[in-house]
Amino acid sequence: MSATTFDYPERTVPALSSTVLTHTWYLTGRKLHALVRQPWVLAFGVVQPAIWLFLFGALFHKVINIPGFAYGGSYLAYLVPGIVAMNAMSGNMWAGMSMIEEIDRGTLNRFLVSPASRIAIMNATVAEQSVATVVQTLIIVVLGYAGGAHYPGGAAGIVVLTAAAVLVGVLWGALSNMVGMLLRSREAIIGVYTFFMLPLMFLSSAFMQPSFLPGWMQAIASRNPLNWEVQIGRSVLSASTDWAAVAVRSGGLLALAALCVAISVTTFRSYAKNV
Amino acid sequence: MNSIEARGLVKTYPAPGRTKGNDKNNAKARITALDGLDLTVPSGTIFALLGPNGAGKTTTVNILTTLARPDAGAARVEGIDVLAAPGQARRAIGVVAQRSGADPAATGRENLVLQGHLYGLDTPTAKRRAGELLEHFQLDEAAGRLVRTYSGGMQRRLDVALGLMHRPKVLFLDEPTTGLDPESRTAMWQEISNLAAVDQVTVLLTTHYLEEADRLADRLAIVDHGRVVAEGEPDELKQELKGDVIQVELPADAGQRPVEEALRTVPGVRDVLVAGRSVSARSDDGAAAVPAVLAALADAGAPAASVTVARPSLDEVYLRHTGRRYSQAQQEPAATRRTQLTEVTR
Repeated sequence: MSATTFDYPERTVPALSSTVLTHTWYLTGRKLHALVRQPWVLAFGVVQPAIWLFLFGALFHKVINIPGFAYGGSYLAYLVPGIVAMNAMSGNMWAGMSMIEEIDRGTLNRFLVSPASRIAIMNATVAEQSVATVVQTLIIVVLGYAGGAHYPGGAAGIVVLTAAAVLVGVLWGALSNMVGMLLRSREAIIGVYTFFMLPLMFLSSAFMQPSFLPGWMQAIASRNPLNWEVQIGRSVLSASTDWAAVAVRSGGLLALAALCVAISVTTFRSYAKNV
Repeated sequence: MNSIEARGLVKTYPAPGRTKGNDKNNAKARITALDGLDLTVPSGTIFALLGPNGAGKTTTVNILTTLARPDAGAARVEGIDVLAAPGQARRAIGVVAQRSGADPAATGRENLVLQGHLYGLDTPTAKRRAGELLEHFQLDEAAGRLVRTYSGGMQRRLDVALGLMHRPKVLFLDEPTTGLDPESRTAMWQEISNLAAVDQVTVLLTTHYLEEADRLADRLAIVDHGRVVAEGEPDELKQELKGDVIQVELPADAGQRPVEEALRTVPGVRDVLVAGRSVSARSDDGAAAVPAVLAALADAGAPAASVTVARPSLDEVYLRHTGRRYSQAQQEPAATRRTQLTEVTR
């Protein structure tokens, strides 16, 4: 074998404590590289939310005129936070698909038989989803602006909206990964998607002012994390942001996202222990 | 010095398609993949685990490479207890799994460099090592292409390169040539022999090809129903059978009965089989028995057209130790053993 004589010394990256960080960096780089190579995948993901934004926005543009509908902009502008939330949820609910693919291809096992940090493997998944969610959220914000929406909340509002979208994305991405690892079935992931997606959308203030919802829907909506994200978004994009309420709901989203990631990591650890 | 030592490995899986809950015969609802498997692989050798799909080869590799934990038993790789110190064991081993673990959405070079990073190489070292391996495996021209576009043989070579990135002392190759065309297979065999001969890497490979084990392995173990039923050097195992095969072709069909009766009288000849014009028999010393066999046939009015003496093949070794022909074992219904699919996905 010609590649046998290696005359340079074996150099290794030191510091075990930094392993998680460096491995997260490299593994995230792998995923983002693939994303950059296929930007149309990201763009494609926004097609459906864009259709909702423009068709729904046009179809029901007179909703805004219902007496008591307390919103200062167009219905399309009203929809933006809802569509952002919808995109964050739907985009990341497919995360389990790529998890299954990595299992089927043997890529995950290749990492598992290497000294790769287990936490870094999961971190990379979350990081990739977050980047994708940020890009898509900004695309929707721009599309909304092009459609005539104004964002009195300004840049700060858009940043908070995006951050909340990332939390929703991480939450659903983690759940989707868990389903993928546990059931190894693409059908199950599609099932979870169809079961949750539209109901959670309609059980929120994404399309309608909460006070117009029937009582039972209001009750569910107030406990619906997707609705928290919609309310956060609408508040921070408006001229008069209720920061206290935003903080409470963001805290709720953060706690839920952390919980889902913890569950997903536990599932991953049990998978890794017994392939 | 032994690179791999495994003692009494037992591994069971829940049977697919059955509920675990209130099953009275819970023990029966589990499939035994490994049933007390012992293994010793001397350093620097190519060692083959031979057996049909479902025999337990992949499960053994999964345990030795820290992917799965056995229900019972112990295993050491390069002296490291894989159950107690899996992290340490992972640094010592390279693994080429049955499925390509290469990322199809990245280039060959990117795959290798990432692999190097995961094993703790810094970027310049990883890049240099990747370059060497790409050149060695004749992938340098394709280095910048996405792995998705690679042919089967190229992808397999990249898999092996990935396993060698950190220069492991032990390399596990799970079915390295399955699905390759004959040309790529021969090339892969050459690579594997070189690894052990030149690089002093201990290679544990699993295969369900008799020929592969015969040609490549310094030592082999026949795995059957989760146990090692025979272990040794291929020639040693064949010699244990103490019987060459004498194969005679007759110019015309002389009838089964007269030929059998003629050969039965020849001393030292047994297991006479007549199938039309083709006659086979076994003898401890085939060459010495040939004159007597030819004379007996001529006397019976069936002079031979041709005669060959062959050493016993691994197929016969397999038959001797498992009680069935290898080709039969490979066609056994999936119900009696775990199918390849479940073996892989577990």
